[in-house]
Amino acid sequence: MPYLDHAATTPMLPEAIEVMTAQLGRLGNPSSLHRSGRAARRVVEEAREAVAQALGARPSEVVFTAGGTEADNLAIKGLYWSRRAEDDRRRRVIVAAVEHHAVLDSAQWLGEHEGAEVELLPVDRLGRVHPEALTQALERDPRSAALISVMWANNEVGTVQPIAELAEIARTYGVPIHSDAIQAVGQLPVDFAAVGLDAMTVTGHKIGGPIGVGVLLLGHELTPVPVLHGGGQERDIRSGTLDTPAIAAQAVAAELAVKRQPEYADQLARLRDDLVRRVVEAVPEAVLNGDPGPDLKARLPGNAHLSFPGCEGDALLMLLDARGIECSTGSACSAGIAQPSHVLLAMGHVEEVARGSLRFSLGHTSTPVDIDALVDAIAAVVERARRAGLKSAPRATDRAD
Amino acid sequence: MTSQNRPLRVLAAMSGGVDSAVAAARAADVGHDVVGVHLALADNPKSFRTGARGCCTLEDARDARRAADVIGIPFYVWDLAERFREDVVDDFVAEYAAGRTPNPCLRCNEKIKFAAVLDRAIALGFDALCTGHYATIVETAGGDRELHRSADAEKDQSYVLGVLTADQLAGAMFPVGGSTKAAVRAEAARRGLAVAEKPDSHDICFIADGDTAGFLSGRLGDVPGEIIDHTGAVVGTHHGTHAFTIGQRRGLRIGTPAADGKPRYVLDISPIRRTVTVGPAELLDVDEVVGLRPRWCGAPPAGEVVCAAQLRAHGGAVPARARLVGSELRVRLHTPARGVAPGQAIVLYDGTRVIGSATIAAAARTAA
Repeated sequence: MPYLDHAATTPMLPEAIEVMTAQLGRLGNPSSLHRSGRAARRVVEEAREAVAQALGARPSEVVFTAGGTEADNLAIKGLYWSRRAEDDRRRRVIVAAVEHHAVLDSAQWLGEHEGAEVELLPVDRLGRVHPEALTQALERDPRSAALISVMWANNEVGTVQPIAELAEIARTYGVPIHSDAIQAVGQLPVDFAAVGLDAMTVTGHKIGGPIGVGVLLLGHELTPVPVLHGGGQERDIRSGTLDTPAIAAQAVAAELAVKRQPEYADQLARLRDDLVRRVVEAVPEAVLNGDPGPDLKARLPGNAHLSFPGCEGDALLMLLDARGIECSTGSACSAGIAQPSHVLLAMGHVEEVARGSLRFSLGHTSTPVDIDALVDAIAAVVERARRAGLKSAPRATDRAD
Repeated sequence: MTSQNRPLRVLAAMSGGVDSAVAAARAADVGHDVVGVHLALADNPKSFRTGARGCCTLEDARDARRAADVIGIPFYVWDLAERFREDVVDDFVAEYAAGRTPNPCLRCNEKIKFAAVLDRAIALGFDALCTGHYATIVETAGGDRELHRSADAEKDQSYVLGVLTADQLAGAMFPVGGSTKAAVRAEAARRGLAVAEKPDSHDICFIADGDTAGFLSGRLGDVPGEIIDHTGAVVGTHHGTHAFTIGQRRGLRIGTPAADGKPRYVLDISPIRRTVTVGPAELLDVDEVVGLRPRWCGAPPAGEVVCAAQLRAHGGAVPARARLVGSELRVRLHTPARGVAPGQAIVLYDGTRVIGSATIAAAARTAA
């Protein structure tokens, strides 16, 4: 079954399953003081060291969370609250317009409920933030900036941000910068210390670990206000019993993902380039969104995001699904309705383009057979979806909203 | 085209209720290749992304998804909110503003389910649209498809499907139409469908709290005017003619009692003069109905048709004779009917078979 949705979640690595299954059979709360507790604590701390080593951080900078969304919320809300508590002028939350909703909605929530002023950094047609935009935003009034958050690589169109440059600008002005690196780890070289970030989000299930565990890397000098209150297990910043099996499995996945990254990225990029070339051959009107290359560092190697003019993304998805080919239209709401992507809209695309797009994302189980299956199906699927699109398009009138 | 004898690709519209769930299950049972789809029709599409914070269809969408899981068919949600707002909600408001009483379910069947959705389904390669309506389709020896009343007279929905043309009917499948509601519920329970005990929906789906007058006031505002009786005497005031429907008795809030002490009913609504006319029940009786936008389930009839006419969703049909005069359908009722509201549909039957329908434009009493 061609699974082309690895950016949503990717199969767990056998090594991670093995470690996790072994841990599930063991007793012990890592915060307990007795022997069982110490045994569990040892597993957690070894995992912490492994994650730190893999991502270029110190073990004490690793805060385990229950996933990427929690880590993003803690970074955005927690840092806003703590920075503003130190200086009430710090109200500006500066985030890229193409952030994942975990960052974007956290920032907007602060704007609606906590007096924050949310500033969206614009992106160009390829989805990239220009460093000058950040410089301008900070230069205007550095003292009022609470924090900056720019994702390492975009989850929808795969565009990689100039994160080292942005971090350097942030440092110049003394404003903490966070980056959601969820899609980047394993596909790009990611080194927390080397790029000079203050906080960074990683999640287990995008790198071959389990769902429901994540990491916020957090510099020592930062003490965000907690989002979850309780036992204070992680630096008194994050509470909740540590999930030893998931943390151990995530560490194995992170180590392997980082170790295999160079070779893996080459392999993914070859498959991806083949996918894009052959889909566009089959459907000449298809348009690749995001960075077209040839710079391999400018785009996630596993990402192909294409617009099919005249088609509705949800029709394409359904028709491919019926043929056993699984991909994504971008984000869907809790009821399951495909939404026009805020990422594509921020890149300057009109709503019709944003609605008529598919994301194909490759991962460690992808093979040329998956690409063959997609290429075999895509022309007929697009043809059908286009006919349906013309039938169900909203009327030209009443489009004011 | 949709002969039941060969496997078809069927799109099952699943509302989250018991009827459409059992309909989809039955279609899958007989060997069709069924895909479930929930139609998101809520007025504010933006509320979907913030679903957990108050999207009215979220629970229904979940129920539909769970039913599809149990049946073992793929499931998707289609966003028809924009089309629904244009074709059903805006029309509903405009009809009330014009002093008529629309039936939005009929309109939805005509414009959304068996138009936008069916067209899209056919274009996507489906052969038929399956719904949980209580009506039956009979295939004649000649291969024509006829729409008939449901086996369950109590639940019969052929009236709200009376707008369907032969083309629309050709792509329709009503697997529960031959059963009673009780049997459908029992079957749902047997199949392990969690919606087996879900209460029937009666209200207008886009007016969640059931307060139609409040919904209309919100859209149309306060348009005060007078309530007059059939002699022309002013007997009260109102906040908008859209709050009234022909034959209505409750909620008139008239201070002055009628001379004869009998209850008064809404006889006429004039949004232009902003008046609502009330009077005794006997003045509600009509025996001639004029319908516009006739739609035929098959070939339009030639000459006069002896039939039975149904004038509202619930209630029987009365013997009648109908004929087409230009684009108008003129129907003479053998026995007078009471409370016939312009905007509602008149659906003509030959026995259990639906002949066609029209939108009621006017009704009058011709015989003394």
